[in-house]
Amino acid sequence: MSLLDGLEVGQVVAERSFPLTRDTLVRYAGASGDFNPIHYRDDVAAAVGLPGVLAHGMLTMGFAVQPVVDWLDARGWVSDYQVRFTRPVVVDPQLGAVVTVAAKVGALDDAGARIDLTATVGEQTVLGKAQLRVTAL
Amino acid sequence: MPVNPALTERDFPPVAPYLVGREKVREFARAVLATAPLHHDPEAARAAGFADVVAPPTFPIVVADATLAQLLAEPDAGIDFSRVVHGDQRFTYSRPVVAGDELTATLRVTSIKSLGGNSMITSETAMVDADGAHVVTSISTLVVRGEDA
Repeated sequence: MSLLDGLEVGQVVAERSFPLTRDTLVRYAGASGDFNPIHYRDDVAAAVGLPGVLAHGMLTMGFAVQPVVDWLDARGWVSDYQVRFTRPVVVDPQLGAVVTVAAKVGALDDAGARIDLTATVGEQTVLGKAQLRVTAL
Repeated sequence: MPVNPALTERDFPPVAPYLVGREKVREFARAVLATAPLHHDPEAARAAGFADVVAPPTFPIVVADATLAQLLAEPDAGIDFSRVVHGDQRFTYSRPVVAGDELTATLRVTSIKSLGGNSMITSETAMVDADGAHVVTSISTLVVRGEDA
């Protein structure tokens, strides 16, 4: 089935919750090369006035698009993707954090679609203007 | 020290080419919780028309890292890294990145703005393949918090 068949503006195409732990952050630090200690050391985070160890913004941007990639299932690809980092995600050493992502069709044209993402922790959004363009393969 | 506005007129040399490896793509995919077969299985990628495993959409930040380091290392940049926060990020693609790509990245500073004691510096890192064809541009806005912010 083609990517655009039956797709409507406003339709939710994917939704998923991502439980994060400190292990998730350490793994991302290693894979990305971003070893800023605010992402794994409580003492450093506290010293610079943060409420706790934070998830890398690029980690949140990285997984927030995955529900869309899975929905695409090789029928299309992400040709443009942007976010604004509006609120840090604090990852508790014991409890971690859960980020919930929803992806909705924002606009449609002949070649693809704009998908709008919301990413929330509890009731608070953590990304602003999170949009991507999917292009049919 | 404020961010140096003359950075927008500076030519930065391309950084050494980055060879995208299959295992690096898989490692990065695991790190961003990406489970789609395209990122892990070369056969699935080939069935979808790609030469090898496809990098997740945010992978180019790994390649852009060397160009952002170039920017932060400019002696007169006026950017205190301990005060830097990532504000915005965007990737605009001509085609997906796949394992085997050799990407050459070149940085350009496109805008420097002051807002309420903070500086906002926007840069674009354009990445081309071994044939010189554009693959993806990474656009980052860094917020440098002012001394009293």
